[in-house]
This record gives sequence, structure tokens and C-alpha cells, in this order.
Amino acid sequence: MLRVLFFGQLTDITGCTQLELGTVGDTDSLENVLRTQYPSLAQAKYVITVDRKIVRTKTKIAAGMEIALLPPFSGG
Amino acid sequence: MEHKGLTERYQRQIQLKEFGVAGQLKLSQASVLVVGAGGLGCPALLYLAAAGVGKIGIVDDGLVEMSNLHRQVLYGTQDIGKKKVTCAKEVLQRMNDDIEIEVFAARVTSFNAFEIIAAYDIIIDGTDNFQSRYLINDACAILNKPLVYGAISRYEGQVSVFTSGINYRDIFPYPPKDGEVLNCSEAGVLNVLPGFIGNLLANECIKLITGIGEVLIGKLLVYNILSSYIYTIEISPTERSAQVRPLSKADFEQVDYPSLCGIEAPRQDEISADELNSLYSNREVDVVDVREDFELPKISHYTHIRIPLSSLHKEISVIKKDTVVFVCQSGKRSLLAAQRYRELISPQSKAVFSLKGGIASLEAGIKR
Repeated sequence: MLRVLFFGQLTDITGCTQLELGTVGDTDSLENVLRTQYPSLAQAKYVITVDRKIVRTKTKIAAGMEIALLPPFSGG
Repeated sequence: MEHKGLTERYQRQIQLKEFGVAGQLKLSQASVLVVGAGGLGCPALLYLAAAGVGKIGIVDDGLVEMSNLHRQVLYGTQDIGKKKVTCAKEVLQRMNDDIEIEVFAARVTSFNAFEIIAAYDIIIDGTDNFQSRYLINDACAILNKPLVYGAISRYEGQVSVFTSGINYRDIFPYPPKDGEVLNCSEAGVLNVLPGFIGNLLANECIKLITGIGEVLIGKLLVYNILSSYIYTIEISPTERSAQVRPLSKADFEQVDYPSLCGIEAPRQDEISADELNSLYSNREVDVVDVREDFELPKISHYTHIRIPLSSLHKEISVIKKDTVVFVCQSGKRSLLAAQRYRELISPQSKAVFSLKGGIASLEAGIKR
């Protein structure tokens, strides 16, 4: 199992703050799965973290890892 | 710190063994610049002032509005319509008259950021838009100033301290376009959220200054006040950051931050000598010569003010009328002056023009 957390206004798109997914090989396939489920994610701005580290290139995801999608905030 | 009143005022924090008299002395010798005196700025300012930070700078060009009052706790109903920086200074100085408070009733721009930021030890970003956030980040990165960053949305806030080779662009290299991410006025915000996050900013600042505890360097903390969930991620320096941000003051001044964030630059209104003449006859106009004092010929046909471009930011209060025409030798500096002036007075609405072709066109127009 894989836990995916959504922050900020991304929850407007997903309708939830977290999601449990089955096996996903890497971050690219994860994004494909998420974008199929939530098409508006394709237009959203966010970074992906794997086990609380930002990843920018295709990264392997093993079972039990924690993924988060974090958008930028502008409010003050 | 010999003064009895001083040690008495700060007694409860001085008695903390990690903090002590040494911590208090460090605070009294430190200077912190708070950019944005809004939801985040107000609580940060309150606690930094009460803690005894020796010098505090406040930058904000805004006026107090009714819809600010639920979360911007330095202001009251009677302050509506007044400058935030003036009201903030009054409250803070009444609270603690041991400290020095400097205010800038302006928006940070690529023209004034370096000068304002350079004079402070630590900068707090409590602004409410990406344009200012990227601008402050880039200026602090070039000047090597620690930047205590806070941002909020609805029920969630982010906090980090950018220093030691890490900056905001290591998380988000490029700014989103205007409207891509909602701000507080569009998305809403629960009033206690900036209270929490603003206090976290003051806390990071006090830790940085006194050297106690662990500072959020290389970490981004996300706090959700509905779930009381705190999530911290690691940030590392990236090559991309250095490729996409300006690396020198000269490069920085060339960056058009509004358009970088998809905000259309204000229209550059250039007028001819004839148009100036007709404006001058029909309206109250401030004609501003932005050439250096030694430059000739002098403008003889119009009553005018002389403010060299280099000191425009310091003397904007001299320009009072609602229509302003900038003039220089060729029309280039005056165009720049018009652009800077608009940014400095934002969001006021004034008609701001630049005389096309400069003094030469003026002379030709009059002779004709």
C-alpha cells in the first residue's frame, strides 16, 4: 500500500487530503494514475515528495513509501 | 542592558538558561525587516517588538481595510483608510519604546529592494503575492540575507528559513502565473491561521538571532490547523535554482517580476510636447525633471520639480498632483521614472506620463 497526501488547494481537485493506492512502480506512473483520476491535476502547480524529500525526476516507489503533493501558497 | 527596567521587562525570557542575558543582548543588537504588515506581519511584529528586537523595519504600501481587521491584529476599526505602516508603528512603539522602528510606506520593487534589505540582518516575507515573494527571495539570495518565509492558504501554512545556499526557488523554481494559485482574498483564510504562522516566523527569527534550538533551514514545515497536522519536508540546494534566478544586483534589476508572474505591466504612457502643453493648460500637473542637477538646458516654460531619477524613491512625497509628467534629456530615463513611480505609489490611481523625446522635443515644440 502507498499513502498519497494532498495539500492546500489541491484538495479542491482531489476532494480528499489523502489516498491509499496499490502498487505503483515510480513517480511517473503515479502521476499518470492521479491525472487519470483527477484530470485537473495536470494544470495544477505542485512538487512531489517521496518520504518527505522533493523529487524532480522519475523516482522508484516501493511499498510503504509516503508520497505528498505540495502546492505553493501565496497568502499572507 | 544595565538598566533595571530593561532586565525587568525581559526577565521571564532572560531566566531561561539557554536564552539568558546573552540572548537578550543579541536580540537588542539585531535588526529584522518585516515585508508585508498583513495577516502574517502583524503577529510577527507584535512578538518581535515585545521580545526586544533592537531595530524593526516594516514595509507595506497598503491602507487598513475593514476586511483586514479579523486577522491583522495590529489595527482597529478607527484605523480604516490609514497607512498600515503608520498604525503598526504607533501600536508597537507604545508597546515597547526601547526599540527602534523604521517604516517604508512602499511596495518592494526591483529598484528599492536592495537598498531596504541590505540594512537589515534578517528578512521576514509576509507578503501576499508571488511577485513580491520571488523578488524578495532573489534579493535575499544575492545579498546572503537569511529569509524567514511564511505563506498561508485557508487553513494551512508553510514556514521555512532560506539561508546557507538554499532559497525558495529550490522548492518552486518558477513562479506560477497570476490567478493560478489563489491568495487569501480569493481563497479565504481562518483568522487564527496567520496568527499561528506569523508566530512561527517570529520564533524562527528569535532562534536565528539567539542561536538557541533548531532553525528550519533546509526544511519546509506545513501546518494544517483543522487537523493539527504538521508535515515537514527536506529541501536541498538545486542546480536549477541558480539557473533561473538573477545572480547579481545588475541582473536582478533587469528582471520584470510582474510579467514573470503573468501580471501585465502597466501601459507606458508616452506623450508628445503638444500633449504636455494641453495637459498643462487643462489640468493640475506636476512636471518632474528627472535629470541630474547639473544637466542643461533647464526647463523654462513649465513650473516643475527637479528630482534626479536616482533619488526618486526618496522624494516621491514631493509629487502631489494627480497628473504627473516625467521629463528627461531624451525620454528614456523619464519612461523608467514613470514606471518606478507607478510601482512606488501602487495601488493609488494617478495619471502618470513620460515626455517622448525629452527636453529636445519640448524646445522644438515651443519654438515652432
